[in-house]
Amino acid sequence: MHRAYQINHLKQLESESIFVLREFAAQFEKPVLLFSGGKDSIVMAWLARKAFWPAKLPFPLMHVDTGHNFEETMTYRDDFVKEIGAQLVVASVQDSIDKGRVVEEKGPKASRNGLQTVTLLDGIEEHGFDAALGGGRRDEEKARAKERFFSHRDDFGQWDPKNQRPELWNIFNGRKLPGEHFRVFPLSNWTEMDIWQYIKQENIPLPTLYFAAEREVFDRDGTILAKTDFINLLPEEEPTLRKQVVRFRTIGDATCTGAVVSEAKTIDDIIEEVAAARQTERGGRADDKRSETAMEDRKKQGYF
Amino acid sequence: MSERGYLDMDLLRFTTAGSVDDGKSTLIGRLLYDSKNIFEDQLEAVEKTSKSRGDEHVNLALLTDGLRAEREQGITIDVAYRYFATPKRKFIIADTPGHIQYTRNMVTGASTANLAIILVDARKGVIEQTCRHSFIASLLQIKHIVVCVNKMDLVDWKKETFDSIVDDYKDFASRLQSVTEVTFIPISALKGDNVVDPSTNMPWYQGPTLLYHLENVYIGSDANHVDARLPVQWVIRPHSTEWHDFRGYAGRVAGGVFKPGDDVVVLPSGFEAKIKAIHDMGGELEEAFNPMSIAMTLDREIDISRGDMIAKPNNQPKVGQDIEAMVCWFSEKKSLAGRAKFILRHTTKECKAIVSEVRYKVNINTLHKIEDDLELKLNDIGRISLRTSSPLFYDSYTKNRQTGSFVLIDEFTNETVAAGMIR
Repeated sequence: MHRAYQINHLKQLESESIFVLREFAAQFEKPVLLFSGGKDSIVMAWLARKAFWPAKLPFPLMHVDTGHNFEETMTYRDDFVKEIGAQLVVASVQDSIDKGRVVEEKGPKASRNGLQTVTLLDGIEEHGFDAALGGGRRDEEKARAKERFFSHRDDFGQWDPKNQRPELWNIFNGRKLPGEHFRVFPLSNWTEMDIWQYIKQENIPLPTLYFAAEREVFDRDGTILAKTDFINLLPEEEPTLRKQVVRFRTIGDATCTGAVVSEAKTIDDIIEEVAAARQTERGGRADDKRSETAMEDRKKQGYF
Repeated sequence: MSERGYLDMDLLRFTTAGSVDDGKSTLIGRLLYDSKNIFEDQLEAVEKTSKSRGDEHVNLALLTDGLRAEREQGITIDVAYRYFATPKRKFIIADTPGHIQYTRNMVTGASTANLAIILVDARKGVIEQTCRHSFIASLLQIKHIVVCVNKMDLVDWKKETFDSIVDDYKDFASRLQSVTEVTFIPISALKGDNVVDPSTNMPWYQGPTLLYHLENVYIGSDANHVDARLPVQWVIRPHSTEWHDFRGYAGRVAGGVFKPGDDVVVLPSGFEAKIKAIHDMGGELEEAFNPMSIAMTLDREIDISRGDMIAKPNNQPKVGQDIEAMVCWFSEKKSLAGRAKFILRHTTKECKAIVSEVRYKVNINTLHKIEDDLELKLNDIGRISLRTSSPLFYDSYTKNRQTGSFVLIDEFTNETVAAGMIR
């Protein structure tokens, strides 16, 4: 067979993800794409647009808004949604707090990250969504290494790692009983490097937070955090407040997303940096450091 | 590393089966570590855990154990997927436990693999487990097998030991069908010999290291490029002014090659048309082949929906309701003994199916047929006959892994209870 019948790794990953996205749209009645404004959900939405082009996305985007966002993320979100012609639904953590569904964490290190799960599940229930797309990747974290493309969740949105359906070839079983739903992860087989290479290849616009710039930062528990209106510095943290050239490797809630010291101002710089990196990208996430099985525990509760 | 290298790598999917005793986790740890694919914080976390468990040395196996239950019990329950890359290739490892009670996990991991690594302990030689892993690899049609004879350090790096294991394996492998290529490599995962770096302890071995082999093995002819098949997954209808009459038949090419202008036939209707264009957002393609996801437009309007199959008039898949298949049983709760009803999912189609008969089971350690016990239980592999409620458009699994495979689903719990390969 001649060599032409081979496609490179990015094309293979793209094809696999598009296949999963089309299965997702076909197998569920009311699907939704969970959009965080981070690079993975941006790539996922980009692939969704390809999967159904020239038609519009057959499902809306939902943003779980902690209210503690970097401003750049919000501007980007609105522009991006407009550009791909998608419909946006916002589920707000502030609403959950106002309704008494959740109680805000107290203390200087309070984070709304954990509260997102309740807002997410409420949002899913309110709109009657029966399946949600997430940008999770198996290379991110050890509990995710065993996640399925089609991840079954019970009535309470919980993940039972011992009761996941086997996935063989490219056959996905999305059948479910009333009340149950699915999380679907089309980027399962992508690594951080693949994501960056793809962003470069496709020339996908990104929020500026991913690129190095001088920002006001301070140190907390070995992580560099950006000074924002939602964070109160502890007395011992005050002396570490400074201006420094940093960028973010992931973009989540502003209260727990750590920055890295970096000079990477372009995609090429970032690819070079990722290639040389000796820390995983979630290494800067305070939410994963709460315990060794923090991610597994949050997933069982219904986290992304 | 050139930019072209970064953006234009091959992808190789491989599976490893084995237990902790075989040094499987050590081997994977070694591959990741020596190719610089382990991060500092991962290593620190593993060091910390090893210490708190009282392990003597840094236990690389901990890198591959994800779930709390697995770490607590020191076992691997599920298929774990790992990723690493070298300048030549990106690799996806489906890491599966090797004991017989995990046959279903091995089958799952093998279903998407191009290559299987089979570990043999140099002190033990070819044993039951070697046989089992090889049988699964051959049943799932993995075309490339690498037999790593591990722990060579414990047999004084002796060539005679390696040679006799190679002979034993070849003897046994002659009873397997369909493996096209077997490569033997003497290694020590613990010491690193012939994993990433060539061994200085075994000058008698002139072959490639494991990583070199993984980087260079030719997989271009693994997919079927002869029999054109497009299972229709989704029909794209934009309902916009610009694309008013556009109807794109979207799916992932399961075999063969499609080009604009080709004559095609649509099953089950049997209507024929010509391909007008093959789309990929932003452009039209000159050809499409497995595993590309595309959307195709035709030169005339035909009623086509999800679950239909597009093929060539002169090369059509089999069409039928009576199917003979090998299955691996996945359910803990329910077994199969004789007639039973299921939901069957094949390519993008779903229908009902009745299993009429379990013909025999296979003893996967000896390859013997079992005909006096016909109940398929968890992890059993056997031959069944079934009838579907509507015709399937299929090929034999040996010809095409996509159009020759299916799963059975329990009607009441929706659990996936079996994986099938059509004869």
